[in-house]
Amino acid sequence: MVKELNTQDFYEKVINSAKPVLVDFWASWCGPCRMLSPLVDSLSEQYDAVDFYKVNVDEEPELAREYGIMSIPTLIMFKDGEVFDESVGVAPEAELKTFVEKAI
Amino acid sequence: MLDLLIAGSGPAGLSAAVYASNAMLDFVVVEKYPMSGGQMLNTIDINNYLGFELTDGFTLGQAFRTHAEKAGAKFVNDEIKSIEKLDGGYKVVCNSQDFETKTIIFALGANPRKLSVKGEKEFAGKGVSYCATCDGNFFRGKATAVVGGGDVALEDALYLANICSEVYLIHRRGELRGAKYLQDKVFKNDKIKLVLNSQVEEIFGENKVEGVKLNNGEKLDVDGVFIAVGIEANSTLLDKFVDTDNGFIIADESGRTSAEGIFAAGDVRTKRLRQISTAVSDGANAVHSVEEYLNKN
Repeated sequence: MVKELNTQDFYEKVINSAKPVLVDFWASWCGPCRMLSPLVDSLSEQYDAVDFYKVNVDEEPELAREYGIMSIPTLIMFKDGEVFDESVGVAPEAELKTFVEKAI
Repeated sequence: MLDLLIAGSGPAGLSAAVYASNAMLDFVVVEKYPMSGGQMLNTIDINNYLGFELTDGFTLGQAFRTHAEKAGAKFVNDEIKSIEKLDGGYKVVCNSQDFETKTIIFALGANPRKLSVKGEKEFAGKGVSYCATCDGNFFRGKATAVVGGGDVALEDALYLANICSEVYLIHRRGELRGAKYLQDKVFKNDKIKLVLNSQVEEIFGENKVEGVKLNNGEKLDVDGVFIAVGIEANSTLLDKFVDTDNGFIIADESGRTSAEGIFAAGDVRTKRLRQISTAVSDGANAVHSVEEYLNKN
């Protein structure tokens, strides 16, 4: 399971992480987000070298604003505390694997 | 060899799955996402599907999927890479497995059409969106533009008018195309500003959308651009087998295409009205045609 993240934990778990971290920005009412989350769950079981979290943009609007989220779902890959790559919208699993592997 | 492979699990594919189960065919449904529903997953309010006074695309998609699973349909979560002709059928090549099947119901639906202007791709997720109900909230109190004149464009403009400071509705013709009751609501909404006989030439900005440039040279300052200029059929996998019109697979209500054993259902085929109800009807018809075909061959 991919854990929910709030603003307080964000810096410790994402910015200060030694591993790359993938964050899924989503909302409960967004159909495509609900389509993407099982894929992110499945990725989280396949890759130990990356941490996976999700941020609910309704509950954490500051985080969404800080990272310029204007479309959901958006996946952001963080590496060494910085934005490494971004993927907007739903993508098939093969494409998402490439997205993750690039960061490892 | 399977009797049937159903490609896609929007309303057309799922309806076909229920009918194929009842017909006791040996079949699988191939869906590239772990979730069913197709385009309707982007729809918040659905008020015209019989038996559901008001529902949303996600709930209805799940209900369809559960129904098909309970009927006995087997789902495969994989992406189709190519389709090849075999003696007496087809080979469907997926990412991690292949299937041999006598017939195919092709129900891969459609995706939002791109505007194909400068800035559209660059600002995807940075102000350019194809889903007002998904992304509208990020533009609370800001000015936005909707491009298009059909039902979806009008629905998007009305939805955004509740959230945004103003909404420009940009349409290339002099008259809107969407349903009359929607047009009526649009005309009465003073937050929606009609920009007719105009085409977007460029979406501009620094790191995010700052505005659009029209073909008359005028610039509109907006933070978000919602594109609703129709749909594009997902028919490329069948390019070498079937005749198409503008990308839509040529087929009547029977679903029969120009290729033997391939049937098209839902938004991917040429048809007058693209609705959940007509897609469901296509799924049923296509299975009927498959049965006829299997009995003859």
